Amino acid sequence: MNKKLSKLFWALIAPIAAILFSLIFVSIILMIKGAAPLSTFQLILSYGAESENIIAELNQTIAYYLAGVAAAIGFRMLLFNIGIDGQYRLAIFIAAVVGGATNLPTFLELPLIILTGVVVGALWASIAGYLKVKRNISEVISNIMLNTIASGLIIYLLQPSRLGLKGKNSDNLATPMIPKSGWMPSIHILGGELYSFAFVAIGVGVLYWVVLNKSVFGFNLRATGMSFRAARASGVNAPRMIFITMALSGAIAGLTGMGELLSSTHTYSLAFPTGYALTGLALALLGRNNPIGIAFAAFFWAFLEQAAPILDLNGIPKEIVMMMQGSIILSTVASYEIVKRITRRQQQRLVGAVDAPQVVTEAKGDKA
Amino acid sequence: MSTLKENRLWRIITSPSRMMLTVAGVVILVSVVRQFTGISDITSPGAAGATIRFTIPLLMAGLGGLWAERSGVINIGLEGMMILGTWFGAWFGYLYGPWVGIFAGAVGGALAGLLHAILTVRVGIDQAVSGLAINLLGAGTARFLSGVFFIGAGGDVNVSPQVKSISSFTVPGLSPFLTSLGQKHILVISDVAGVVAGFITSINWASLVMILALPLTSWILWKTRFGLRMRFCGENPSAAESLGVNVYRTRYIALAVSGALAGLGGAYISVVVTGNYLEGQTAGRGYIGLAAVIFGNWQPAGVLAGAALFGLTDALRVRQSTSVHALLLVVIVLAAVYSLTKLRKKDWKGFGINLGIAVFVLAYYMINKVVPDEFVTFFPNLTTILVLAFLSQKLRPPAMAGAPYRKGEES
Repeated sequence: MNKKLSKLFWALIAPIAAILFSLIFVSIILMIKGAAPLSTFQLILSYGAESENIIAELNQTIAYYLAGVAAAIGFRMLLFNIGIDGQYRLAIFIAAVVGGATNLPTFLELPLIILTGVVVGALWASIAGYLKVKRNISEVISNIMLNTIASGLIIYLLQPSRLGLKGKNSDNLATPMIPKSGWMPSIHILGGELYSFAFVAIGVGVLYWVVLNKSVFGFNLRATGMSFRAARASGVNAPRMIFITMALSGAIAGLTGMGELLSSTHTYSLAFPTGYALTGLALALLGRNNPIGIAFAAFFWAFLEQAAPILDLNGIPKEIVMMMQGSIILSTVASYEIVKRITRRQQQRLVGAVDAPQVVTEAKGDKA
Repeated sequence: MSTLKENRLWRIITSPSRMMLTVAGVVILVSVVRQFTGISDITSPGAAGATIRFTIPLLMAGLGGLWAERSGVINIGLEGMMILGTWFGAWFGYLYGPWVGIFAGAVGGALAGLLHAILTVRVGIDQAVSGLAINLLGAGTARFLSGVFFIGAGGDVNVSPQVKSISSFTVPGLSPFLTSLGQKHILVISDVAGVVAGFITSINWASLVMILALPLTSWILWKTRFGLRMRFCGENPSAAESLGVNVYRTRYIALAVSGALAGLGGAYISVVVTGNYLEGQTAGRGYIGLAAVIFGNWQPAGVLAGAALFGLTDALRVRQSTSVHALLLVVIVLAAVYSLTKLRKKDWKGFGINLGIAVFVLAYYMINKVVPDEFVTFFPNLTTILVLAFLSQKLRPPAMAGAPYRKGEES
């Protein structure tokens, strides 16, 4: 019992320390700016908890959650999928183009759009996967480059003479509208509209947990992540696993933002947010690759962002939230690393305490 | 080692006479293309000057990346460090003059570099995580500070007040002569004159000072004891430690310098190029600096080549988009010539690939009138992917760059 408690203590101490640290960090900045930290935090909490904001946060949570799961799949293999951003945007863009060009009955149209996103995301990610496996190129570098290439391609293809259209009321370029049969209904709740894509996100989370923890494939994946050589020695085709993991991560990345496309905008424009890669990685780190942990982290993130504008109205720069997120990422990773080192030292001491007397007796036995 | 010696490209690069020949060949080629297409901006003094202004930030970021990776730490935070450089450069430049601004930019970048060092070397967190978080923090900090300081001083939330400009110089006599010679459109002579004129006409003193970072880096890394130790830390930190090199301290210094260089690149953009801070003005140049490191095969001269190539395309894009289209002809001829050398060696695959590139680009050249801006924008990134995909065996990155290292633990 004592051991279990201590284990729980060390598991919780890292995130708590991280959040405390970033609160202190942000408080100092707020005080320099001349704002009272406590009332600022109260402002964020009360504004974020208003019911219409809660729905907006939940909708944002869906996208963040999927980005987080995409990152977590990569992390399990020690792959750093910074390409989520390019994968998601290219996937949503092409899915929107395909959706806009077809007009099938709903039961075909919706799966078609969603599948297109999944496939495009997976294909785009598998470029980095291929380079990693065949050319031993760091997926971080290739994905950073692929993100920029994806942006350029999208802007190029969005020109009115190609796949895009000029908006009616604005100069924003966008893809043709998806017909009604490709719309996904929203759920009226708390005076807001919750994307029903939330169920898909939940499904992805469940699938992620089941596949990773209950299947041979998941076992192989985790084994390869823990030790490439050991996995290979025991018959796992490790390079193939790396390639598949990268593609899977890209496939989930292709679902990010799908809720917004299917239930809200029905068209892709450059107004779709960027930066999901960093967010996804941060959430996977915060949630420790656990599907429920990531969900909490995603909601927390969305909450902070939704509440940010209220700060500007009160004379506090909303960039505080951005700095808070940056410091949370850094302090989380740092505190996990420190806790890992402390617990490892404890374990070593425990092992040492058990083994040491035996060694001594053996040594004595040798003498006799 | 034998593969290196057999490598044609390598021999061309290593032998001075061959290198001169190659450069002369490219100059003649560009000159013929200029004459053929009638697009004289390619070799005008203005384009040369713009290329310098676009190259220097990339060069500084690239050298920053080189310092970090040679010491064994990948610095993805270059972008964030550049952003801090632009902010500190503009604000302190506004307060105390442009040179102080440039120095402050270096300090701002170095601070972020030290943060990266503390996190990756001391605490031991993943180098990519730390770098990306620094990019986020850098952007957030610059935005926050802009809101705090600029509004009262005549700027806005995303624009700083104007910084006094740094004086520039022109080589008297020679510059007007070469400029006029450059306008005569004589094959080769006018082209060389035009480019040289661009290099010696109204060159900013800050540009000269920054370019010094290149020979200095080269000298420190390959001619000093510290440089040898630093490269040792990148190749094999455990062995370095066992021979008495303080790996942690070396990496701290390398990362501080890396950040300072990136900060200088940022300060150059805000102080020299635009004269004030504009939000988002680094526009991913930190990442292109990383690309220049790979393109340059982790060698200072190579980093310069990468930065100059990426800077040139960027400058031509901004000036006149038809120039980039004309440059495709150069690519076509180079690929065709290279395929012929492959044919002579009976390397059928290499011949096919290069000929294919030549034909493909030729087809593109004939069909389109311009290269779309979007393609030019991601040209550095695409080049890097292609270099990584097809030349990865010829690349020699520091062996342990990016690998975690703890003192006293087996890696």
